[in-house]
Formats: sequence, C-alpha cells, structure tokens
Amino acid sequence: MSGNKESTARTLVVALIVSLVASIFVAGSAVILKPVQEENRLLDRQRGILAVAGVGAGLSSKEVQEIFAKRIQAELIDLSTGEKSEAHDPLSFDALKAAQDPETSAALPGKEDLAGIKRRERFSTVYRLVKEDGGGELEALILPVRGYGLWSTLHGFIAIKPDLNTVLGLGFYQHGETPGLGGEVDNPKWKGQWPGKTLFDESGKPNIEIVKGGVQPGGKDAAHQVDALAGATLTTNGVNRLLVFWLGEQGFGPYLARLRQEGI
Amino acid sequence: MARQATTREILFGPVFDNNPIALQILGICSALAVTSNLNTALVMAIALTAVTAFSNLFIAAIRNQIPSSIRMIVQMVIIASLVIVVDQILRAYAFTLAKQLSVFVGLIITNCIVMGRAEAYAMQNPPWASFVDGIGNGLGYSLMLVALGVVRELLGAGKLMGHEILPLVKDGGWYEPNGLLLLPPSAFFLIGLFIWALRAWKKEQQEPADFTLAPQVREEKA
Repeated sequence: MSGNKESTARTLVVALIVSLVASIFVAGSAVILKPVQEENRLLDRQRGILAVAGVGAGLSSKEVQEIFAKRIQAELIDLSTGEKSEAHDPLSFDALKAAQDPETSAALPGKEDLAGIKRRERFSTVYRLVKEDGGGELEALILPVRGYGLWSTLHGFIAIKPDLNTVLGLGFYQHGETPGLGGEVDNPKWKGQWPGKTLFDESGKPNIEIVKGGVQPGGKDAAHQVDALAGATLTTNGVNRLLVFWLGEQGFGPYLARLRQEGI
Repeated sequence: MARQATTREILFGPVFDNNPIALQILGICSALAVTSNLNTALVMAIALTAVTAFSNLFIAAIRNQIPSSIRMIVQMVIIASLVIVVDQILRAYAFTLAKQLSVFVGLIITNCIVMGRAEAYAMQNPPWASFVDGIGNGLGYSLMLVALGVVRELLGAGKLMGHEILPLVKDGGWYEPNGLLLLPPSAFFLIGLFIWALRAWKKEQQEPADFTLAPQVREEKA
C-alpha cells in the first residue's frame, strides 16, 4: 500500500507535490516582482546610454531620469534607408522584440551576419545627446549595438562625436561573458581606450580593429586600433565584428551616410 | 541521544566553533569571488543566510514525507526555488548589486553549505531547530565574507562600502593600494590566515597531522 514511505506511488506523489508547490512559488514571485524589475531595467538602460557618452556617472536614479528627459532625443530610423520614421514611438520601441518577429525584421544571410544576431530589425532607435545649454546642439550620437561574443549576446551602446567618426565611448549594459576574462569588457580601463579612436576610413567604410599584442603608439593605424583583452579572444572578436556590422551597410551605415550628407 | 543542544548553541556554534568556511572548508568559491568589496559581500551573505535558513526550514518540515530514494532531488528543488526567488528579489530591489553578483546568486544553489546543512541537519531535526541552524551557518559564512570584504576593500581600494577611508595616492592622498587584494587569489591567503588565527585560538580545531616528516637523510646515506 501507499502507506509505506518508500513505495513508488508515494515517491511519485511527493515528487509531484513538491514540484507543484515550488513552481507556484517561483512563478508567483516572478510575476509579482516583474513591474519593479522592468522599471529597473529601463533605468539601467538609460543609465547605460548616458554613461557611454560620459554623462551620469554616480548620479541617483532620479537625476538620471531627469537628464535623460532633458538632454536625450530619441529618434526612430529605418535601418535600410537611414531615414527617420514615425512608425513607432522611439522610446517604447523594443528593437529586440522586433528582431524576433518576421513582420518587423529580416533574416541575415550567414555571410553578412557578422554580429551573429541571425535577424535584424527593420527599425532602430538612436539617441541624440544635446548640449547642456539647451541650444539643441548635438554633443553625441548614441547607437545601440549588439552581437555574439563567446557565451552570450553583448548588448551595448556606442557614442560617437558630432564628426560622426570619433568614438566618445563604448559600453555594454548586458552580457554573459566569463567574469574576469571576457567579462572585462566592463573594465573601465579597457573601455577607457575607446574614446578618441576613429571608426571609419576615408571612403566611409568601418575601419576599427581590436588587435593582439598592444597597439603601436604612433603606428599608421593606431587611431583605428584597440588593444584586445587578454584571455578573451572570442569575446573581443565578437565585439570587433559587432561594431563592424552595426557601423556598416547592414547596420547604421545608411543612417550615418545620410547624416554626413545632410549634416547632423 | 546525548543532551539536546540549546537554540543558542545551534545559532552561535557555527560562527566560531564550527565555521562552515574555516573548519568545514565549504563555500570557498563564492568567498573568493564576491568579497572584493564589502557591498557585494554583505548582499551575498544575507542571500545565503536566507536561503540556508528557509531551505532548512522547509526540508525539516517535510523530512518525514520525503522518500529516501529522491531526497537529494527534493532538497535541490526546494533550494533552487528559494535561490530563484532571492535572485528575483535582488533584481527588483538591488539591481546594480544583482548585476555585480551576476552568476554568484544563482550559484548559491550549488553552494555546499546549503546542501550540506539540508542533508546533515534538516533531515534529522525539527523545523525550528533547523531554521536556527541555517541562520547560524549563514552567520558563520557571513562573518567570513564580511571580514574578507573589509580587508580586501579597505586595503585594496582604500574604501569601505564605496566611501573613501584611506585617501589614495592617485587622488592626492597618501595610501598606495595593494592591487592584489582586489583579485580573487588574495582571498585564499586571507582565508588561510584567518583559519590559522582561529585554530591558534581554539586549539581543539587543530587536526592531527596525516603523516610525520622523516628525519633529514643525506644523499650519500640513501
């Protein structure tokens, strides 16, 4: 009979009940806490956008929201033409979700998919950071980038100066690379190499390279090169490829080309 | 059975007399990883204490119902659920810290202290005593983490919980920080020193040597 603690029936019943209770517990907490977590995620994103342009370090959540509201202009653009679009609200537009949906994204053929993201969304949000004086003059253009490293997709932003060539900063707000190796993409020292580097060659093609063995100061391409992370070849390759991808024809290339022609 | 241990003994025994890190040498991995500053060490300590206490409580509550053939899996299910809940709470209310702790919160599941206490204590003892035992072991772990966090952050970065204590040379102060202390291996040395100090104080924790050194033998004699 099932009165015996060790019987098969009893074992199954206990396993079932424990799993059921545990799953209700876990699912319940996830659902209840979701709104707060979403808010945090949004704030973290805003903080990431500001931080990559060198603004907002050490500010409280409220200050971040204020600066974001005051100095950031979000713009939705059509990636294939580079034109501004009104199809969605730029701030609430979720590019990641759009990239999953066949209606709003296109599959990338293997050869062009440098960043390893498989599908690219049709629209994307870019952020314009304007100067503090309120004149509306552009201080930096902040573009979302993402791509596959070793274990995970790295999500980040790159801030470009109004000359549309010089880097103001690069940062990733979400990734799952190995702590201590690939995870060093978060290291301020490594990130500190990026400001001042130039992204494009004379013909407007992306020319940025992460090199092993250190950048030769004063070398011909020093302005286009960044020192790789030790012990994280695949992560750094990933970062390199995702930058070339997002700055190239498949990414923000048409948009940047339009800005170069029409002026920022 | 011998004399029943009092709640006080269950609670404070694991702090010095039976410290999970210093005596049982459990939970070393996370002790190395999260103690480079005091903030993360504290959050990790609280998270682990909560998980150990509640997993002990729930496991002890149903210990007479758990068939022995699946007891480990049942324990794991309970521990894993609790860890997920703790992770969710951290993400909701301490987002930046949760980001710094990254995988280590999830890895509480595999922390030997939690599983060890469930198997060694909660399976044989009533819920309340098990709960207290969980808190006690959590405190033992916390003590070690906080001690490591204080030493490493203070001497490695001149700060405590992000506030400057020792002004650094590069900021115009006088303190030259020891960068080694910010790297995980330094925690090994510190844990070693801590164990040495503890065993010098509490001699009963010293273990008999596994072997004795032979007297020095010269090569020509061999």
